Amino acid sequence: METKKSLFSRLPIVSQLKKSVGLQRGMLIAGIVLTAAFLLTAALAPLISPYGATQRFNETQAPPSSAHIWGTTAGGYDVFARTIWGTQTAVLVIVVAVALSIFIGVILGLLSGYIGGWLDRILVVVADAIYAFPTLLLAMVMSIAISKGQSNLWSGIFSAAISITVVFIPQYFRVIRAETIRLKAEPFVESAIVVGASSVRIMARHIYKNATRTLPLIFTLNASEAILTLAGLGFLGFGIEPSSAAEWGYDLNHAQTDAASGIWWTGVFPGAAIVITVLGLTLLGESMNDLNDPRLRGRKRAGKIKNAPVKPGEMVDA
Amino acid sequence: MTAMIDLPAVEPAAQAPQRKRKAGGSLGKYLLIRFLLIFPTILILVTMVFFLMRLTGDPITAALGGRLAPDQLALRVHEAGYDRPIFIQYFDYLGQMATGNFGRTISDNLAISDMLATYGTATLELAINSLIVALAIGIPFGMLAAYKRDKYHDAILRVLAISFYATPVFFAGLLLKLVFSIWLGWFPVAGRAGTSTEIAMASLAAPTGIYWLDALRSGNLDAFWDVVQHSVLPAVALGLLTAGIFLRLVRTNVIGTLGKDYVEAGRSRGVSEYRLLTKHAYKPALIPIITVMGLQIALLLGGAVLTETTFEWKGLGFQLAHYLTARDFVAVQGIVALLAVIVAITNFIVDVVAALIDPRVRY
Repeated sequence: METKKSLFSRLPIVSQLKKSVGLQRGMLIAGIVLTAAFLLTAALAPLISPYGATQRFNETQAPPSSAHIWGTTAGGYDVFARTIWGTQTAVLVIVVAVALSIFIGVILGLLSGYIGGWLDRILVVVADAIYAFPTLLLAMVMSIAISKGQSNLWSGIFSAAISITVVFIPQYFRVIRAETIRLKAEPFVESAIVVGASSVRIMARHIYKNATRTLPLIFTLNASEAILTLAGLGFLGFGIEPSSAAEWGYDLNHAQTDAASGIWWTGVFPGAAIVITVLGLTLLGESMNDLNDPRLRGRKRAGKIKNAPVKPGEMVDA
Repeated sequence: MTAMIDLPAVEPAAQAPQRKRKAGGSLGKYLLIRFLLIFPTILILVTMVFFLMRLTGDPITAALGGRLAPDQLALRVHEAGYDRPIFIQYFDYLGQMATGNFGRTISDNLAISDMLATYGTATLELAINSLIVALAIGIPFGMLAAYKRDKYHDAILRVLAISFYATPVFFAGLLLKLVFSIWLGWFPVAGRAGTSTEIAMASLAAPTGIYWLDALRSGNLDAFWDVVQHSVLPAVALGLLTAGIFLRLVRTNVIGTLGKDYVEAGRSRGVSEYRLLTKHAYKPALIPIITVMGLQIALLLGGAVLTETTFEWKGLGFQLAHYLTARDFVAVQGIVALLAVIVAITNFIVDVVAALIDPRVRY
């Protein structure tokens, strides 16, 4: 939570709200509201939810009633409680995953962009290979390798987070590397070299601060992707065990068989929670992306066109 | 508004010729380097998966552990060579791959190549179906959104596109199942075909593995209808995800080309807005879409895993989840290797097309 807040305080949301007009402003406000609701729910889950996340009841697959307002699942879980507690799991995984991938991605990106040469080429080829491969498939293999199939609350959260981290590192790596290469040619870096600053100092002080300006935006966009990946892992049974924490994807997996017999309440609520959360984060990220530094648009597109063999960062508008 | 934002994005392109001069690359050299890069890409992914899977132990213990006595197990592990140093195993594996020998799956003893062919065609069929849905929705609505830019049509379509992206395939699938198979009863809940069709398909002499094609070729119209009915919901579930991306891509690119000088020139000569959209702005806008479409293959494959599991569509993704749970490493490595090849070659083709179209790409 702390990480999230400090990052948010760096986001110039207010200035962007002022810049925006009409449709764009509506989308930004919708994004802010939905994301705030998501974070509040996660923070206040113990107060909102009438039951614990892993509390089981004797009524199974009971339709919505006054005791269980969204019904219960085949395993006897309260759907409302599972959906509310699911926000906490999602926030935890996002924070761990994105913090780890930013940390590793930024360091590798700075080194690769600043030092260049063979280190750069190898890292770029590896990052491109990972980046091109389907995110979810790699995360599945990672989670099997990390958790070996069984997991409690924290090991489940960490194995899901690390699986997501591995596939996200290339994205941060690419952005930071491209920025670093651009900044390396700037006069202020050259003057730092001239006055005899060490490479580490230049990277840590001069380039780092400038290259990471855009990260909060990518963070918002990635947070939604992290939720989808976590849910996908859970859905396929490679995520967090249901007895240790509430996780939307896992609940949706079990809802598939319920749906076949017409039981809608076990799937619709956790599913809607995923859609609303991802929608909020995406609207927020996209609107800020459009409104902020226009150069980011070019760079973001370069991230999508992930083909460059030697220097992808330079292919900005290809 | 949006056109204004698009303008600065052109700036980096203006610097491109300068870079080109610096690197001094020719088309032939670029294509050769790009082709050679296919191999490290595949190698890196295969290597990663090999070592990741070995972290969890050897495949035989994982697959048969508990069902065999420890000494028998050790014997089997030794016979298969899994007790050798991991790097020897790794180079052994690479050598086998180079000669085209992928081995057999541990859990159901299928030749990897047969397994890939059987399930790969099912995934291919799903991918084609969903691509049709995605294009049929994404291109016309993307053009509409661009044409009605910043009006309420545009707002609705853009929010819809983001909602499509925000909806996980398995949730879309669940809703589609609930509405169209349980409540309305229009489509079957799961599977690629009914039992009788599956039997008819299995008895065909030279099947392509793509059911609707096979059914048409054998003139079995009942089977064809059955296959089509089974295909609709999975194709829509996976197609909507990609449709949202296509819609946004088409919108951005058409808006970009609508702001170009030659379109402005056409407009000042009195060419109608509709004609400008369909004749002038549409085609140039498609070029980046074609390249990005190729890159969506990764998303499509990732989505296919989830779609296949949702609808019990027995393709590569369904099997990958199954083999991973069974710790059938040989099968997992085979599937990952195939997917790595597909992704690497698609990206190569996309780059070649991009380089042929746009000289700025070659450097």
